[in-house]
Amino acid sequence: MGCFSVEVVIDKKMTETEVIEELSDGMTIGIGGWGSRRKPMSLVRAIARSNLKDLTIVSYGGPEVGLLCATGKIRKAIYGFVSLDSIPLEPHFRNAKQEGTIETSELDEGAFYLGLLAAAHRMPFYPTRAGLGSDMLMMNPEIKTIESPYKSSDGEKGEELVAIPALNLDVSLIHMNRADSQGNGQFLGPDLYFDDLFAKAAKRTFMSCEKIIPTEDFLKEGSVHTLKIPRLFVNGVIEAPRGAHFTECPPDYDRDEVFQSEYAASAKDLQSWENFEQKYLEVTSHQEYLKAVDSRTQIEESQNG
Amino acid sequence: MADDATIDEICVTAIADSFRGDGEILCNPIGNIPVIAGRLAKATFEPAMVMTDTVSVLAANTIPIGEPNAEKLVEAWMPYRDLFDIVWSGRRHIVMGASQIDPHGNQNFAAIGDWKKPKAQLLGLRGAPGNLVNNTTSYWIPNHSTRSFVQKVDIVSGPGYDRISQLSNEIQQNHEIRKIVSNLGVFNFLNSEKRMQLVSNHPDVTIDEIVTSTGFELLIPDGIEETRIPTKEELKLIREVIDPHGLRKSEFVKK
Repeated sequence: MGCFSVEVVIDKKMTETEVIEELSDGMTIGIGGWGSRRKPMSLVRAIARSNLKDLTIVSYGGPEVGLLCATGKIRKAIYGFVSLDSIPLEPHFRNAKQEGTIETSELDEGAFYLGLLAAAHRMPFYPTRAGLGSDMLMMNPEIKTIESPYKSSDGEKGEELVAIPALNLDVSLIHMNRADSQGNGQFLGPDLYFDDLFAKAAKRTFMSCEKIIPTEDFLKEGSVHTLKIPRLFVNGVIEAPRGAHFTECPPDYDRDEVFQSEYAASAKDLQSWENFEQKYLEVTSHQEYLKAVDSRTQIEESQNG
Repeated sequence: MADDATIDEICVTAIADSFRGDGEILCNPIGNIPVIAGRLAKATFEPAMVMTDTVSVLAANTIPIGEPNAEKLVEAWMPYRDLFDIVWSGRRHIVMGASQIDPHGNQNFAAIGDWKKPKAQLLGLRGAPGNLVNNTTSYWIPNHSTRSFVQKVDIVSGPGYDRISQLSNEIQQNHEIRKIVSNLGVFNFLNSEKRMQLVSNHPDVTIDEIVTSTGFELLIPDGIEETRIPTKEELKLIREVIDPHGLRKSEFVKK
């Protein structure tokens, strides 16, 4: 290349531990990805290991919600769903709901998107028809309806609409395939999900990535359309290879379904959970976690071989 | 006519028939049997419909289920954000499941019991509230019983006709519960009361059996006929092209 000479004046590289130091009890934290797909799991596990408490977690929920329920970090979860995809309902989240240990705000999946969009645009709400007629409003009494200022098709008054309140976030955590050290992020998989909106809806965003690359290499990795996270919405970049494990992060890797099943089985009883926690959460770093995951695979391979 | 069709295949064509006349909309079935049905309808009598690969693109060709690496003729990118745009555009017919459904078509797959601390947490509201007020919906219920067809659902995920009748003209125009297909029969709401009525009983299922398996008074019009069985062409497509691994069998719950 060599046609550009960009002087790097900004360096936002951080570690998971440094991100945790930026968080505090009671914060509202948005988490990108969708179900068991491209979740910033190295950051989620760092929260699980921390002393943080009373968090409000806002996400198209996957194992981050279950893991943080099981480790007692969540006061309230705001979500469109909480699923592991191949396992339709997150089992630790199921336990928390059935035991009544967390407060929840369950939104229609599309309404959740409008809440993020409103926060990203600094609007108090966005209107929608979603929620009228269903029990969503009964389950979320703080959500109000408004009358459209424009006449309805029947010529009388404006129609009633749901005003989905902005999902304003203190911090968002997202995981990208690639990033540069200045905070630009690149997704290379089939769907960005709503990660750009999570970044824009939050006061501060910390972005983990599979690999930090020089800015000039972005277009070698993917087309310009994959560069959806501009650095003005990102405060920290964490290089975390396999940082989304066990959720999928294509094209870098698929979901680790075997590990996910092991995780799901840990919701069965306290003993199973304690075993899981000891093996995979009571580790000092993401690197140590990966070692624990890999030693398990090696044992399996030697048993099978 | 193919006399050796099994009940899962009869349910597939019953769901496929719900897409008749839909034309160029997004056919968006959820679950193996509905996906097979959608792909069958598109491959036969509704070729203009568009369908997702169940991940992130619209694919023009007939993709076999259970083969993630099957070749796709991609015609559009369809990440979730664009999918919501289609929901809100109304150009969509979704087929969802239901853990409970009532005589007015109110559907619950959110939870059983008090939603704050449910006896059984189910999937949640998911996209049902938005789906019902924006586009056509049908339901596939593989375990028809007095526990799934109930007088009153515990939580309304997808609103039925009684609730919708209280809402705006716009919503009433958008809302349609086209069909309910269970393992016992086919149902719709095409009567002045907008109450659930029997359309057809599946072969080897009696109307009495349907009535006793339903937890509310079902309207039974005169002259009910049996659900049709798939044609030879449909069976060939189901068995050899769309579901060569027989995934439809594992989803189907025996009565």
